[in-house]
Amino acid sequence: MSPLLSKDGTILTDLYPLLPDDQPVPAEGRSVLVPLSRFTEIGRYSGIGLSLPNTTDVLKLPSSVLQLPLLALDFPSFGDGRAYSQARWLSGRLGYRGELRARGQAVVLDQLEMLRSCGFSQFELRNDQNLQACADKLAHPTAVSRRRFPSLA
Amino acid sequence: MYRYDQHDQQLVDARVAEFRDQTRRYLDGSLPADEFRHLRLRNGLYIQRFAPMLRISIPYGLLSSQQMRMLAHIARKYDKGYGHFTTRQNIQFNWPKLEEVPDILADLATVQMHAIQTSGNCIRNITSDPFAGAAADELVDPRPYCELTRQWATFHPEFNWLPRKFKIAFSSSTKDRAATRVHDIGIHIVRNAAGELGYEVYVGGGLGRTPIIGLKIRDFLPEPDLLSYCEAILRVYNLLGRRDNMYKARIKILVKEMGLPAFAEKVEAEWATIKDGPLKLKDGDLERMKAQFSQFELDPSAAKDQSYAQKLSEDSAFAAWTRRNLKDHRVPGHKLVFLSLKARGVAPGDVSAEQMDAIADLADRYAFGELRATHDQNLVFTDVRQQDLYPLWQALSALGLATPNIGLLTDVICCPGLDFCSLSNASSIAVAEEIFDRFEDLDYQHDIGSIKLNMSGCMNGCGHHSVGHIGILGVDKKGEEWYQITLGGSSGNDASLGDRTGPSVERAHIADAIQNIVETYLQQRLSEEEGFLACYRRVGMPPFKTRLYAEEAA
Ligand code: HEM
Ligand code: SF4
Repeated sequence: MSPLLSKDGTILTDLYPLLPDDQPVPAEGRSVLVPLSRFTEIGRYSGIGLSLPNTTDVLKLPSSVLQLPLLALDFPSFGDGRAYSQARWLSGRLGYRGELRARGQAVVLDQLEMLRSCGFSQFELRNDQNLQACADKLAHPTAVSRRRFPSLA
Repeated sequence: MYRYDQHDQQLVDARVAEFRDQTRRYLDGSLPADEFRHLRLRNGLYIQRFAPMLRISIPYGLLSSQQMRMLAHIARKYDKGYGHFTTRQNIQFNWPKLEEVPDILADLATVQMHAIQTSGNCIRNITSDPFAGAAADELVDPRPYCELTRQWATFHPEFNWLPRKFKIAFSSSTKDRAATRVHDIGIHIVRNAAGELGYEVYVGGGLGRTPIIGLKIRDFLPEPDLLSYCEAILRVYNLLGRRDNMYKARIKILVKEMGLPAFAEKVEAEWATIKDGPLKLKDGDLERMKAQFSQFELDPSAAKDQSYAQKLSEDSAFAAWTRRNLKDHRVPGHKLVFLSLKARGVAPGDVSAEQMDAIADLADRYAFGELRATHDQNLVFTDVRQQDLYPLWQALSALGLATPNIGLLTDVICCPGLDFCSLSNASSIAVAEEIFDRFEDLDYQHDIGSIKLNMSGCMNGCGHHSVGHIGILGVDKKGEEWYQITLGGSSGNDASLGDRTGPSVERAHIADAIQNIVETYLQQRLSEEEGFLACYRRVGMPPFKTRLYAEEAA
């Protein structure tokens, strides 16, 4: 399983493991991460995290999505930065206050600081990453992440 | 000169450390090659035909003499003794060793230089008028605006992984010398009817495979809203720009496919939500930026000098140079001086380490220790007193930098072509040389007048061929070099793309073809006042085409 780090580099236990496709969305008692395509299966139970493809127009999401405790955004390849802007919209304009998780091919040492600057609060590291180096990077921000025009409020 | 503050220096130093670590991880195998490629590109490093190529940023083309000496040092220590000034107002070195690049970047950082975001799918070097701050036709100095934009764009966390590269250019003068309309965003600093400063904004221009002239997305954007508006454009592009096909990934394709009104609607909607946020420029932001640019004390009595007029009458070679290689300065008694990098037997834009050192010395002596790189691959001293022009000319002549051909036919823009580039179909530099030899006669060139000849070795268009008055594009036909010619392109205020003359011509006939085109122009023009572009726009393609393909028909 891929290690999960918090904003400041602490190692987290994954409270929202991805739900296999053939299993039903739990109604209570167990929290899981489900893909947006299964959104309609989510009942009233609030322990559900939702994983969004990077082509989703987050401005058009139903407002109930913004009440969920965890949203995960996806980086299908190292160089595909769409989810950076989705994260900015969620954490900025849409005022989403739950956990915002980055998953996928770009969740690597060399992008962690940028991801955090755009509002991500959890990092599901790609499997090949050096956990200690990544945790250190988050714990000790470099000057590169202290820009003069931070556009996030 | 923009002087770094402590914060800038920390950023650049941190970036060098980061890249050193990335290079180390790549070499020890822990960083995958494809990811290192993305990361090295964002530090200016390409892997080329023969060796890596390092592209160093020269924000808005401005260099100090100290920086120029550092470039000379790099050319000598890490390269083969020369560098190549590009159409992006940057400089490229063609022979550095991968392992040494972190050291080069560390050397650069000691003189407030870097290679950050000079390549890769991110916001690139901000370019502007090479005469900024000195031009006679300027509304305000665009450089503080460029610098603000540069600071916003550098390490912008959201826009480092765009669908494709992104280029922004500023112009603040009646004459657009920054080719703003072939940039992803082109910004004209203007005054509205109420006398307030602001911007006219163009979007979706670009060269490359599908050259497109940018469209006006906004007539007037208030001065404080520069960065929020750029941010809105970039956000829409980052989310919606195509990523399925590299050749359709530039913003120009998005704007074209959506249509300008639909694209503009999205941008305006986004902008409305952020315009009053932290990106809004505050009172004093621009002033602070202006204060970080050195201001020169120009000599108020410079115009009283008599020696200049005297030298002009005594020395006709000097006089010929002043006619082509000087431009008017806003302060009387001063001139902008072009150093021509288009000399016989030299690849356009190439400068040797010895020349760099000598140029730095001349800049110290005559030009407040500063110089500019232009996008047509020449250099400029912006503030020279007229009494200094004669000794400066003598020194430049001795260095081979005083060819009096600025704006003339032999002042070609040319990409490196087959000599360095793995994508090339054409030996562009050799063709440029042949054209130089053919048209070297200055009287003949003067008779032809101002003309822009631009050449690219392949359709990526690094040599801006599609906006040349005459454009030459290298194409491959069954393994042979052929050349497609276009006429009528322009990157100025009246930006337009050149029209193809017809079938491409072979290598052996390219110089003849250019001569035929030039002669047709000389026959067709109404008078010497009618320049090539105006003449072409009036008479159209037929006479040129007839002449060009006459022999084949015969
Ligand atoms: C030496 C190897 C070089 C390579 C492999 C290279 C590669 C490319 C490629 C692939 C493109 C097309 C990008 C696109 O359409 O999205 C391009 C465009 C361009 N390159 Fe280069 N280039 C090289 C050198 C240069 C040099 C020396 C210059 C300056 C003289 C330059 C300036 C440009 C410009 C101005 C464009 C067009 C930008 C636009 O589309 O608006 N390149 N280059
Ligand atoms: S135009 Fe083509 S041949 Fe010339 S430098 Fe660019 S990519 Fe290479």
